[in-house]
Order: sequence, then C-alpha cells, then structure tokens
Amino acid sequence: MFKKLKDASVEGTLFLSALVSVSITFAILFILFREALPFFEVVSLKEFFFDTHWAPTFYPPRYGIAPLVVGTISTTIIACVFAVPSGFLVAVLLSEYLSHRARSILKPVIELLAAIPSVVFGYFALLVVTPWLQSFFPNLQGFNRLSAGIVMGFLILPYMASLSEEALKAVPKHLREASMALGCNRLETALKVVTPSAISGISSACILTISRALGETMVVAIAAGEQANLSWDPSQPAATITAFIVNLSKGDLPHGSIGYQSIFAAGLVLSVITFSLNIMAHFFRKKFHRRYV
Amino acid sequence: MFGPKMDLSVLSKSQRQQKILARIFVTLAASVLVLSLTVIFVLLVRLFLDGTERLHWDFITSFPSRFPEKAGILSAWVGSFCVVLLCLICSIPLGIACAIYLEEFAKNRFYSPFIEICIGNLAGVPSITYGLLALGLFVYQFGFGSSIMTAGLTLSLLVLPVIIISTRESLRSVPLGIKEAAYGLGATKVQVLRHHLIPYSQSGIFTGVILSLSRAIGETAPLITIGALTFIAFLPEPPVMGSFPFVNFNWVWESFTVLPIQLFNWTSRPQAEFHKNAAAASFILVCLSLLLNSVAIFMRQRHNRKKYD
Repeated sequence: MFKKLKDASVEGTLFLSALVSVSITFAILFILFREALPFFEVVSLKEFFFDTHWAPTFYPPRYGIAPLVVGTISTTIIACVFAVPSGFLVAVLLSEYLSHRARSILKPVIELLAAIPSVVFGYFALLVVTPWLQSFFPNLQGFNRLSAGIVMGFLILPYMASLSEEALKAVPKHLREASMALGCNRLETALKVVTPSAISGISSACILTISRALGETMVVAIAAGEQANLSWDPSQPAATITAFIVNLSKGDLPHGSIGYQSIFAAGLVLSVITFSLNIMAHFFRKKFHRRYV
Repeated sequence: MFGPKMDLSVLSKSQRQQKILARIFVTLAASVLVLSLTVIFVLLVRLFLDGTERLHWDFITSFPSRFPEKAGILSAWVGSFCVVLLCLICSIPLGIACAIYLEEFAKNRFYSPFIEICIGNLAGVPSITYGLLALGLFVYQFGFGSSIMTAGLTLSLLVLPVIIISTRESLRSVPLGIKEAAYGLGATKVQVLRHHLIPYSQSGIFTGVILSLSRAIGETAPLITIGALTFIAFLPEPPVMGSFPFVNFNWVWESFTVLPIQLFNWTSRPQAEFHKNAAAASFILVCLSLLLNSVAIFMRQRHNRKKYD
C-alpha cells in the first residue's frame, strides 16, 4: 500500500515536470501573442506586411516588416550556401569513409565549433573577417551581410554535419554491402544508395540548420549593422529580426511602449517561421525513423 | 590519402573518371574539416594576440570603467557565475525528471507524439525567443525585474532541452536485460529507476549537464532582451552573513551583467582600445567553453567505450 503511494507520488512529480517543459512551447506562443496584440491595434496588417520601411521608434514611424525579413533571409542564404553542402560533405566523410576510431576523434573537433559562444563569433566577423574580406572587395561596408553570413555558416556547420551524419549512419549496413557487391565504389555507394535512403533524415537536418541560421542573433547583431534596408546586396549592412530585437532591447524600453510591442511583433514573425520549420523537420525525421530505426 | 596510390592509366576511361571524382570528393570534404580547424585556431590566436595586453590579474579583479586600460571583468564573471548557478539549480532537476517521465512513463500513450513535437520544437526555438518569453513573463508578469533570478530562469528554459535530450539518450542506452532482470525480481518501477536506470545513465546525464553549462555561459541574446545592464560597478550581496540567519538570498534580486554582454558592449564601441578588452574577455570565455566541451566529449567517449566492452 505504502509502496504504491510512493510510486504514484513519484510518477506525479515526474508528470508535473514534464508538464512544465511541454507548457513552455505554449507559454512562448501565448506571451508573444499577448504582447504583440496591442501593436496590431495600432498597425494594420496590410502596413505590417507591405510597407517597405521599418522604423518603429522614429518619427514618423514606419512599420513594414519586409526589410527585417529580407535581412534575415539574405544572411541565412549566405550562411546556408556554405554550411549545408559542406556539412553534408563532412557527414559523408565521417559516416562512409572514416574508421570508427578516426570518426571518434574528428566528430568532436567539428562539434567544438558549435561550442564557441556566438558573441565571440560576432567579434571575429566584425574585427577579423570583415577587414580580411575588404582586402578583396574594397567596396564592402564595415557592417555587411557577407562577413556575418560566412561566419554564421561556420557556426551552423556542426549542426548540419552531425545531424546528417546521424541520418546516414542509421541506414542499414546491408544496403551498403549490396551496393558494394554490385561493384559500386564508396562514392557511388554513398551518393547513390545511402544518401537517397537517408534523404528524409538529411532534409530534416537541412531544415533544422536553416531554422538555426534564421534565429542566430549575436553574429548578425554585431557584424551586420543595425540599418534595416530592403536590399539583397551582400556588401550592404542589414538588420535581421533577431538583431533588431537585440538592438532595441539594449536601450531603455518602457513596458507598453510601441518599441516594446514591436519587438514582440517581430519575435512573433520569427517564431511562426521557426516553429513551422521545426515541425516540418520533426515529421521528416519521424518518417525516416519509421523506416529504419 | 585513403589506401595505396593507384596507377590510373591501367583503368578504362569511365573507371578513371570515377576514381578522380572520388578523390575530388574526399579532398573537398577533408578541406572543409581542415578549414573548420583553421577557423578555431585563427580565432584563438587572434583573440590571444589582440587581448594579450589586457590579460593580467587586474583585468579579472577590476570593475568596468570608462578607461579601457583600467576596465576589467570582475562584475561580469561574478554575474555569469551567479546566473549560471541559478540556471543549473532550476534546470537539472526539472530536465532529468521530465526526461525520466517521457522515457519511462509516457511511452506509447495517445499523447506521446504530441509531447515529442513540443520537446523537439523547444530544442529548435531561437534563443532570442526565450528572451522575449522571459521579458513578458518573468520581468513584467511575475515582476522579477531585470534580476539575476530572471536571468537564471531564462537560461534554464534555454538549456532544458539539452538536459532532457541527453538524459533520454542515456536512459535509452541502458541494456534492456538490466531492466527486465530487476522487474523479474519484483522491483517496482521507482525501484528500477533509483537503483538501476539512474546510476547506469549517470555519466550520460552529467555530460548533458556540462554541455548545458557551456551553452549557458556563452548565451547573450536572451539576457540582453530581459534588460541586463552593461555597466555594473558593484558586486551582488554576498550569500553568507556574519550574523543570524547566516545565509542571504538578496543577491538573486540584484541587477547584473554577464561576461558575454560585457564583451558585446566592448565590441560594439568604436574605440579600438576597447576592442582589446573584448578580445581578452572573449579569449577567457572561449577557453572556458572549449574546456567544458572537452570534458563533456571525454566523458561521452569513456561512457561509449564502457558500453561496447
């Protein structure tokens, strides 16, 4: 009897903590909606999505989210153009070419890149990479998307590499053996047999990497500047959604002011994008797991 | 590089192309690896060279200042320490309990896929979003203000998925035989947990804790969002007092700054002299996180080896 009571109380406690963790997702959505709602009483949705300027704390204020979204997407593209293919290459190398021993040394080394705080990467982008790039492209601005994007690429490379390596490794060995027995070499096996079998796992890795790049903050806040302008030019400064939130919160931001509401509105847009990407990645991964794991 | 060099001229044209393609592929992949290593190396060297003027004892023991050569990181590292301590106190029990529930109690119930989505999503939420949640919830709704308490809670939300995922993985790695043997001898679920599952997965859980520690130390954006200050020229109240009741928790309600915010502030200043301070602080921060991660990697590999033996 006593034992049963104890078991039930332990299970109850564990259940409560699980409930807390699960409710965080809802707390995020609830708080973002609640704090952003007054913003949309002032600003019409049409203005929010179709105006081409973003300057909520200036006079006259402008509330078009487009420049921030373009800034976010352009830095993400630069980062992913580098990180997604390179991460995939590294993943194939780790899972298909290297011995167990070599892999156990090299994989942690790649993961060390993810260990470096992003604010330090910001310093690196602004004060090391930008001057270095300027020696090749003299008309590159001091704050620019190119350097921020490239450095961000290194930051997200480990995610792509280790997530897709996990996907590749989960492909059963007999597929590889069959391919080798038919006379394919390692590269053909890796690219024509293993990769197609792991494609949903790799897509999930890709999506998570993109989502990580969209939400990355400090590198772009430091190295890409604060100017929200509607341009895709990599040599120009840009404000991303995340950088805007950080730059506005650096100063004094009174509760209930339009500036305060605007960071929640911007955060809401970011969260809607990343939430949907994450859920998409989840379903890809699940499909993959059902098949092999 | 891989295997003995082959004389390509004995092969047919298409075989030769295949071989060359394979070599190009491996070279490309290897060069990405080398490039990443170079970036870590160049980063460390540059930080050290730029910050070497400031890297002495006074830098660690003085407060920030208007004069770059006098400015130090005392309030920043003390703040970081307090915030991370509070973060771990909140997140470790919660994360482990949640992971145990998900892994041992909530398997194959009708709501488990839903829980999976929520937890999986948490791991992918951008850190700045947690900052906004904390600003709306802890700072204004609960009225905690921009205090060490708010910062600790914010970071604990952020590292919760890391702890949950690593704990679940190590629970999953416990051989089924151990569980079945314990149940077979009549142990209850809680007994199996206490005497077998948790001790067995200890080192995996500890690895997760260290990884989350390293993540919490370097995190900047959510703490800026909740309104951390950049110029703090005092230390929080000491937690021990000379008189009754000897302990004092006022420090959790004080305003604070942390190491990454301090160096962000120095980086964004136009004066190059302050950039030296930023480099020195970055160097310390990077060394700390690389050290923590190496410990985590070392522990994980030892754990893995034990498993295969």
